[in-house]
Amino acid sequence: MVKKTKPLIIKEPRSTRDGYGQALLELGRNKNIVALSADLTESTRAHHFEKKYPSRFFQCGVAEQNMITMATGLALEGKVPFASSFGVFLPMRCLDQIRISVCYNQANVKLVATHCGLATGPDGATHQALEDVAALRAIPNLTIIEPCDYHQAIRATKAAAKLRGPVYLRLHRAKLPSLTTSQTKFQINKAQVLQKGTKLTIIGSGPILNEVSKAVEHLNFKPEIINCHTIKPLDKKTILKSVKKTKKALIIQDHQISGGLGSAVAELLSQTIPTKIKIIGVKDKFAESGSPEELLYKYKLDSHAILAGIRNLLK
Amino acid sequence: MKLTNLKSLQLMANQVRQDIIGMLYHAGSGHPAGSLGMADIFTALYFNVLKHHPKKPLMKNRDRLILSNGHICPARYAAMSRAGYFPYKELKSLRKINSRLQGHPSRVDLPALELSTASLGQGLGVAVGMALAARLNKQHHTIYCVSSDGEHDEGSTWEAVNAANKYKLNNIINIIDRNNIQISGYTHKVWPLKSLKEKYQAFNWKVFEINGHNFRQIITTIKKAKTLNQPVCIIAYNTPGKGVSFMENRFEWHGKAPDKEKSVLALIELQRARKKLLKKK
Ligand SMILES: Cc1ncc(C[n+]2csc(CCOP(=O)(O)OP(=O)(O)O)c2C)c(N)n1
Ligand SMILES: [Mg+2]
Repeated sequence: MVKKTKPLIIKEPRSTRDGYGQALLELGRNKNIVALSADLTESTRAHHFEKKYPSRFFQCGVAEQNMITMATGLALEGKVPFASSFGVFLPMRCLDQIRISVCYNQANVKLVATHCGLATGPDGATHQALEDVAALRAIPNLTIIEPCDYHQAIRATKAAAKLRGPVYLRLHRAKLPSLTTSQTKFQINKAQVLQKGTKLTIIGSGPILNEVSKAVEHLNFKPEIINCHTIKPLDKKTILKSVKKTKKALIIQDHQISGGLGSAVAELLSQTIPTKIKIIGVKDKFAESGSPEELLYKYKLDSHAILAGIRNLLK
Repeated sequence: MKLTNLKSLQLMANQVRQDIIGMLYHAGSGHPAGSLGMADIFTALYFNVLKHHPKKPLMKNRDRLILSNGHICPARYAAMSRAGYFPYKELKSLRKINSRLQGHPSRVDLPALELSTASLGQGLGVAVGMALAARLNKQHHTIYCVSSDGEHDEGSTWEAVNAANKYKLNNIINIIDRNNIQISGYTHKVWPLKSLKEKYQAFNWKVFEINGHNFRQIITTIKKAKTLNQPVCIIAYNTPGKGVSFMENRFEWHGKAPDKEKSVLALIELQRARKKLLKKK
């Protein structure tokens, strides 16, 4: 008989980073799981794990590059390290270490970046990771996942722990309504069709899908909506099947247009079934301080911009 | 405006601290502990030490001041505003949309900041580059870098330390906010740095250790530093949260803005300190 352990529940969780913290805590029952942080333990929600499993938590100080090489060493000796920081420092500061130590070695390191996207808010451009996916997408052997809400972040973290090989989890600070439930299935590399529809396929990843939900309420038809949580490898089958039907695609990510999910989908469609598409994201700019709502509005990633994009595409 | 007597410097630093509390309250986020702890040094820099001109912020022979630990920019913004760079009322725009006062320093928005920073461990290397340029250009200004103990965790900081050694720079002064805290706790627990003094000395820097709340020490040490023929590091032992008793030496106040109640408490305490200062001869 399996001994039942008391569920470990963290109160008031809502953001994707909260989901990560919860899942990491649960995963801690497995003695091979270790966690590292570069002086951002609570901000990345690794502190629950640190408290419960102090001997398997490594505080690395403000030294991200060394954190990644340490994680590689742990992984090569059979541990499953989760190394976390902000998206602007991990991957940015330690991209070389990620490329060579982690990915070239196929080391089983889980890279966890929180505070991704414009929705990071008042800290300003220095803290809004908008280029992380572009920087990582070209590196072989790496799986890139951006869950859309708290529940999906839990599932994604657990799936990442199971997968053998490097994974990058793109997470966020903002607490937003959930688009999935604790029952929703999650499979790496299998995009989730949030809504079946016609005329247009909307493909997105991350909590920005909330803006998509708001936008489509104003339409007199139902577009197909795909939550493409795994950015690499891309679920070509699901995307192609939908776009073959709708013939048009709008792609959105809280990221620079260049190099993000939009680019990944464009690379696929242009080489298979060239399609009229529109990519919504930050247009080659550093943003600024402001509330998430103000920023999404000013930089044209909110529901209004999505609606305008849809109308334009269907003209 | 140059302030030379102790009382006027202390009064100005008190004003800067009040500004910091007001700014963070209005912003609803930000970094009070480091900002308050560095209020005296920024006051000394802008009101006594620096060769600068608020109305001509980019004049050629100005001293350069880089704030490498960008998160404590509220202290710098407040001192700059009081020195005449921009109106006080703009301070309330900190961290708001369309503001020049970004959550972390943006040189593009406010050129007098010299460098956009906040990714820790980059400022000192840029300072080395500026010092080399000054040497090539035969200019005689000083390049000041303000950095934090936390960012001495970064290897890149030590790469820059050795660069200044290699090029035998004599126009660079690194002022370290040695407040013994960082985000996750006390520095000796998070990432032990041991003796910064011995480390810098090993790289042929001249090291001074000062109390970062003592204006006489700050000013005379920098004066001395400028006469030396080697890179200089000034380790300023600071009290994080200085001037607001419930914040002092508490790492929990590294990056949390005071709410209304706490802001009022902080301002009352600072105003009391101001009254006391005014009574002094
Ligand atoms: C490269 C990098 N990694 C992480 C951070 C996040 N961060 C911001 S402040 C800080 C603590 C740094 O310590 P210190 O500057 O001594 O903090 P303070 O004394 O102001 O509390 C960290 C880790 C950062 N800004 N840059
Ligand atoms: Mg410090």
